[in-house]
Amino acid sequence: MTDTESALTEELHKIAPDVALTDIDRSADLREEFDIDSMDFLNLVTALGKRFNIPMPEADYPQMQSFDDLAKYLGDRRP
Amino acid sequence: MPSLGSDMEAGTLVEQVVSPGDTLQSGDVIGAVETQKGVIEIEVFEDGTFDHWVAKIGQTVPVGAPLAVIRGAGEDALSDPKEPTPTKPQPAPPETVPIPPETEPYVPTEPTAPPEIVPLPPEIEPIQPEPADPEITPRPSEVPEPSEPRPTAPPEECPPPSPVEPDVPPEIEPYEEGLSSQTRRRITPAARRLAAARGIDVTTLASDLKEPITRRDIETIELPKPRTVSTDFRTAIAAAMARSKREIPHYYLSHDIDLTLAEQHLIAENAEREPADRLLLGALCAKAVASTISKFPEFNGHYTDGRFQPSEAVHLGFAINIRSGGLVAPALFDAGDQSLNDLMRNLRDLTARVRTGRFRARELSDATITLTSLGDRGTDAVFGVIYPPQVAIVGMGAARTHPAVVDGELVARKMATFTLAADHRVSDGHRGALFLRAIDKHLQSPEDL
Repeated sequence: MTDTESALTEELHKIAPDVALTDIDRSADLREEFDIDSMDFLNLVTALGKRFNIPMPEADYPQMQSFDDLAKYLGDRRP
Repeated sequence: MPSLGSDMEAGTLVEQVVSPGDTLQSGDVIGAVETQKGVIEIEVFEDGTFDHWVAKIGQTVPVGAPLAVIRGAGEDALSDPKEPTPTKPQPAPPETVPIPPETEPYVPTEPTAPPEIVPLPPEIEPIQPEPADPEITPRPSEVPEPSEPRPTAPPEECPPPSPVEPDVPPEIEPYEEGLSSQTRRRITPAARRLAAARGIDVTTLASDLKEPITRRDIETIELPKPRTVSTDFRTAIAAAMARSKREIPHYYLSHDIDLTLAEQHLIAENAEREPADRLLLGALCAKAVASTISKFPEFNGHYTDGRFQPSEAVHLGFAINIRSGGLVAPALFDAGDQSLNDLMRNLRDLTARVRTGRFRARELSDATITLTSLGDRGTDAVFGVIYPPQVAIVGMGAARTHPAVVDGELVARKMATFTLAADHRVSDGHRGALFLRAIDKHLQSPEDL
């Protein structure tokens, strides 16, 4: 697991502690897999944006649909 | 111990934040209690000086019984509660926290009865006395005509501890009332503590034993299943919702609202904002409901003692799902007066606190109307069950792209179905329809919200 994936897993665990990464389909809809609502997702984006110091605009949300998508998005942009 | 809903009978003190001698102001948190709905912070509503705790950490206290004693300005201190001889209640007892009308004199300790063996109240199962009045719970074959709702007073669901005249000190502690001598078993203090820790109601133990119950007896009791947050939640929800369906004649309306403009407005707003400041559609809709309700007072308030009391303030309950199971609908206070940004910030704060199981008593008991939304992964519509003593709940379905006709053209629009469940004792469908349409109108001018 890359550094970025570990960080993403950590932030997801804060929001959905009852869902383990091993139990989900990493290429499927992130919000379905982790059962997170729009408030949870906003909190996730807020936490990740702070952690990696990147803006994560709402217009980019379509690139954050699955765990793998989001990990790639972060990996491409993080300093 | 405040009542945090009509379904609550007792709570357990889990935290003491203040100590004797501390100066308190209205709004200060003095401690926390654990209830079926989670850990709830206890606020004080008057200024004063903290005198002493009546309840100990871990002690389960019935609703209405004192948790602590606070002296108002100018009131003399009680005798030191640590004195071996207990203080008898004064003729004019100091105010207890936090429900003055239910002030009961309280003897913290008896020399012969250390607090460890104060009998715990029976397990907090909702007690449903059989109502004697057939008008309140008609048999299925005797359902009254729907056109003639009878505004009878709701049955007393959870009888509080018997009221005691403030100037007559009770001979026994309120907890013991209701426990007959047949059900009160002798039990060692160690066994009592263990039973409390394991959630065992000692009054339900077999009564044929002649010997006192010992720690060993408690240890060998096999619990059917551990008491979990979710089963407690389910019990609390069951009690409130069963009461709602038993007492409140609901009527239901549904209205599709075009949220295209609202969504466009949020996209434009959020494009300029950091994640921490972004707005959600749910907050915008909450603002629309809160801004509308002042012109529809018959949907905002409490129905108690057989009559409706409208509320000036709009304390918007917001139904929030709990991951481990269950939901709560704590209030966003004065939602009608808040800017959209403030409302969003407060909604975010409230959601975070609810999800960590930490919210305030007033947030649970003071909502005047509720908004429920299953979120954007929910279904097209949700028809709510009114949370007593409120009289209305607005449901917001998932926003979806849907064909609609605008100016004679078939176009794709972002639509959401809004519903209203309201109390027919207080309002009618005509006004309910106007209310939903007024929410619709607000959402067509999102920049003004």
